[in-house]
This record gives sequence, C-alpha cells and structure tokens, in this order.
Amino acid sequence: MAGLRAFAAAVPLSMLFALSPATAQTPPTESIQIGLSTDAISITAGFSGADLTIFGSLENPDPLVARQGRYDVVVVLEGPPRPVVVRRKDRVLGVWINLDSETFENVPVSYSVATTRPLQDIADPAKYKQLSLGAQNLYLKPADATDSPATIEEFTAALRERKAATGLYSENVGGVQFLSQNLFRATVRLAPNVPVGTHKARAFLFKSGMFVKESSAQLEIRKSGFEQSVFRVAHDYSFLYGVFAISLAMLTGWLGRLIFRKD
Amino acid sequence: MGIYLPIAEISVNVFVLLAMGAAVGFLSGMFGVGGGFLITPLLIFYNIPPAIAVATGANQVIASSFSGALSHFKRGTLDFKLGGVLLAGGIVGSTAGIYVFALLRRLGQLDLFISLLYVVLLGTVGGLMLVESLNALRASRSGAAPVLKKSGQHNWIHRLPFKMRFRASKLFVSVIPVLGLGAGIGFLSSIMGVGGGFIMVPALIYLLKVPTNVVIGTSLFQIIFTSAYTTLVHATTNQTVDVILAFLLMAGGVAGAQYGAKAGQRLRGEQLRALLAMLVLAVAIRLAVDLFVTPPNLYSLSAAGLN
Repeated sequence: MAGLRAFAAAVPLSMLFALSPATAQTPPTESIQIGLSTDAISITAGFSGADLTIFGSLENPDPLVARQGRYDVVVVLEGPPRPVVVRRKDRVLGVWINLDSETFENVPVSYSVATTRPLQDIADPAKYKQLSLGAQNLYLKPADATDSPATIEEFTAALRERKAATGLYSENVGGVQFLSQNLFRATVRLAPNVPVGTHKARAFLFKSGMFVKESSAQLEIRKSGFEQSVFRVAHDYSFLYGVFAISLAMLTGWLGRLIFRKD
Repeated sequence: MGIYLPIAEISVNVFVLLAMGAAVGFLSGMFGVGGGFLITPLLIFYNIPPAIAVATGANQVIASSFSGALSHFKRGTLDFKLGGVLLAGGIVGSTAGIYVFALLRRLGQLDLFISLLYVVLLGTVGGLMLVESLNALRASRSGAAPVLKKSGQHNWIHRLPFKMRFRASKLFVSVIPVLGLGAGIGFLSSIMGVGGGFIMVPALIYLLKVPTNVVIGTSLFQIIFTSAYTTLVHATTNQTVDVILAFLLMAGGVAGAQYGAKAGQRLRGEQLRALLAMLVLAVAIRLAVDLFVTPPNLYSLSAAGLN
C-alpha cells in the first residue's frame, strides 16, 4: 500500500516538471476516453444476450479526488433511434381495445447503462435530466407536443417500463470498476433482442457530483449467419423471396404427397 | 431443439412447430380443410406476432392445398373454369384485404380485428355445423333415412344476370355470386391467413349448388392461387412471411394430412362434421376469452411510421 501511495505521489510531481510554468498555475482539467476493441460486433442465430466490456481511462485525474473515490463514471450503450408508438388498451363493451396512443420520436431501441455507484448517489436528478442520462431520465420527445402533460407523462412512463420489461433498457450498478487511478472497465448488457444497427457508446465523467466531460465511440451491431441472410433477402429482394416461399410450399406439398401417400 | 426465426425474430422449438404442423395436417386431411384457421391462432398462442402468423399461415396453406388439389386433379374432380372465376374475384378481394391489413396495422387495431374476425366467423360456422350435424346424428340414430337435398332447387342467386356455363360442375349460374364469393374468401385469406375452405365449401354446396364431389377439389385449386397471391403481397409490402417457420409447419403438415385422410375414411360424415364443428368452436371460444380477459399489460409498443 505504501508503495502504491508513493507511486501516486510521484505522478503529479513528474507531470509538474513536464509542464511549462504558465499552465502549472491552473490544474489541468480532467477528461475521459473510451476505447472499443472492435467497431463492429456480429451476433449469431443462437445469441441469448451477452456482456460487452468497454475500457476507458481518465486523463489528468486529481489523485486526491481519485483516492477519495469522488470520481464517478457512467457508461451508456445506446441503440439506434427509432420512432415508437405507445398504445393503451381500454375496455369498450367488455372488449380490450387499443384506444389512446402517443408517438415518440427518436427513441433509442436499446439503452444499457453501467455505473460506478447507484445513479442517485452520483449526482442529483436535475443533472441527469439536463444531460438526458439514464433510462429514467432519458428525454423522450413526443411527436405531438400539444397533448396534455399528464398524458405525455403517463405514456413516457409506460414506454420506459415496457422497454425495461423486455430487457432493452437496463442498468448495471457497479458495472464500472476502476482498475487503477486512470483505467476503468465498464460492463454493459446486450439484451438477447438487441437491435441491429449503429450503437453509440458514451462515457460520462462526474467529479464530486458535478458533470465534467463526455466521450463517445460508435459500435456497429449486426447479425450474422443464415438467419441474417434470410432476413436481408426478405427485405431487399422481397418479391423474389415471396416467389421462393410459394415455390417451396408447392414443392413441399408435392413431395409430401409422393412420400406419405396413403390412397 | 431451438431455432431462431429470422423474420419473427424469436427463438422457438423445432419439434413444437413440427408437431403443431402434423396435428393440424392430420385434422385438415381428416376433414378436408386447409387448416389455416387452426394454424394462425395456434401460432398466435405460441407468441408469434399476429402479422407474421397471418402471412406465414397463408404460405403454409399453399402446401396443403397444392397437395390436396393434386389428388383431386388426378381423380378429375376439379372444375378449372369455376376455379378460375373464383380466383379472379379472389385476387380483387385479396388486394383489398392487404390494403386493410396495412391500414389496421398502422392504426394499431390489427390484432383486435384478426381476433374479432376469427371469433365471429369460426363461432358462426362452428355453431351452424354443430347444429346441423347433431340433427343428422339424431336422425340417423332414430332410424330415419337421411333427407337428401333436392338438386335443381333454385334460389334468388339463380335469377341474377351474366350467366355462365360450368360444364364440369353441371352448372349454369350468374358470375356475380361466384366473383363475390371469390372476393370474400380472398379478403379473409389476406387478413386472417386462412385459405377459406371452411367457408368456401359450404357456400359452393348450399348457395351455388355445385355437386359435392367437385367442390373440395375446386375450392383447393382456387385456394392455392389466392394464398400464393396473399403470400407474395405480404412478402413484398409487409415483409412478414417467415419461410423457416412456414417450412417447419408444412413439413409436419403434409405428413399429417395423409394419415388424417386415412383416419377420416373410418368415420361417418355427420360424426366428422360434429367433431370439426366442436374443434372450430373451441378455437373461437379460446380467442373470445382473450378479448375479454384483462391483459397483463395495458400498454404496448410498436414501431411508428411503417412503410
């Protein structure tokens, strides 16, 4: 432990020597960097969810703050944004029918968060609202802003709840761990139904409850294998795909009669 | 053994689907129906999204009706001309159906509409068939000879204009009800993912007075093309046809159908109809219950701005 402390003390000293006298007056500001080992992930047919590890580092951390554990990091893996309709069923003549609905623009299909500590312990809620950070604070823009605030509130909450229930919005408290004073490792969850497309990994640095810096990187998630080829053909060559489906059905019907004929 | 369905985007058990196909195939072979009205609700109970269940159901129906139509063609019990006119109506109805399907999907009322159509149609057809077959069973038990419907009997349909002669069916009838029937079945085919045999067969027999021996072959013939058209349009406009899912159902289905046909020969006509009626009613009741029971989640999400 003593050795480590000695090492920690040695770092700022050497840095001071390296810096020019002019900048030495004001302490250098902290920043954060994250790195992904790959810019694309292929998931196979049998994919049943996984943990994605993202490494990152703090630059110019204040060793005193770091030692007291007052640096916090929140890492988010955000899926591609898509418009979403939330519908509510109501009873009409005894039958449950989709009645009211609210459309939201640019809702991330997935949103997985990893934090050093529970979000409420890192900063105050107003800060998260301002940063649009965290599944509960993420700003969801209604397509029709003229709807009553109570309605929008209700459907926003339902949207978050449904996303969480399907595992697409998740929170991994303690998922960010400092490996050293500078280096941290974040583990975010990829749900089994993680959408394909361009995902954005973002890291937020907090110092004593104050937001300092953000850094981001892009990650492409795509499905691989036979199933993905089928999916792509069905969308890109839909007419040929339909003709194939029909031919396959006729062939199966004909073969089935040949093989299993009982008359 | 699990398999990931590329279009439905869920993992399912291969054997459950093969067994489902075989069971429905057995019943369809036994009763001489396509089985689409059983497959689509079963897929929905198995958590396949209704839009995919419907489109894939239509694809699966092609296999069973093609297989059935082949044997009727060999026996000569298929009226191509009548089938052709029914088909012309069917294409129009199917096109309208696909349009309504996309519209309802956009409005978020597709699932409700599919369930309601099933409950109403299956409930009506099942109920009528049950009453008729129970009466027939009671009559045969009391020893009375079954009353045969007199052929050549005319109703209002036979007074309509634009008459056409269908030689194989020994029929001289207006094309209006034939086109209308085809259109109605085509509409149902694209919205419900059914071939429509369970409506087509009684309609041809009771409304148009087509001889029973050509009814099934002709109905199957037109169903091949209506469901092929439905499959193609669903594939191009909604991308909801899952070939993997359809193939598993077909493979089980064509095998089951041949054994079902064999089993069906051992049962009497009215017994078969009573059993089929009870089956149809059971599906209708199961779907009706879902409409009235409070769903576990009142809120649902769907992608906005389809197409």
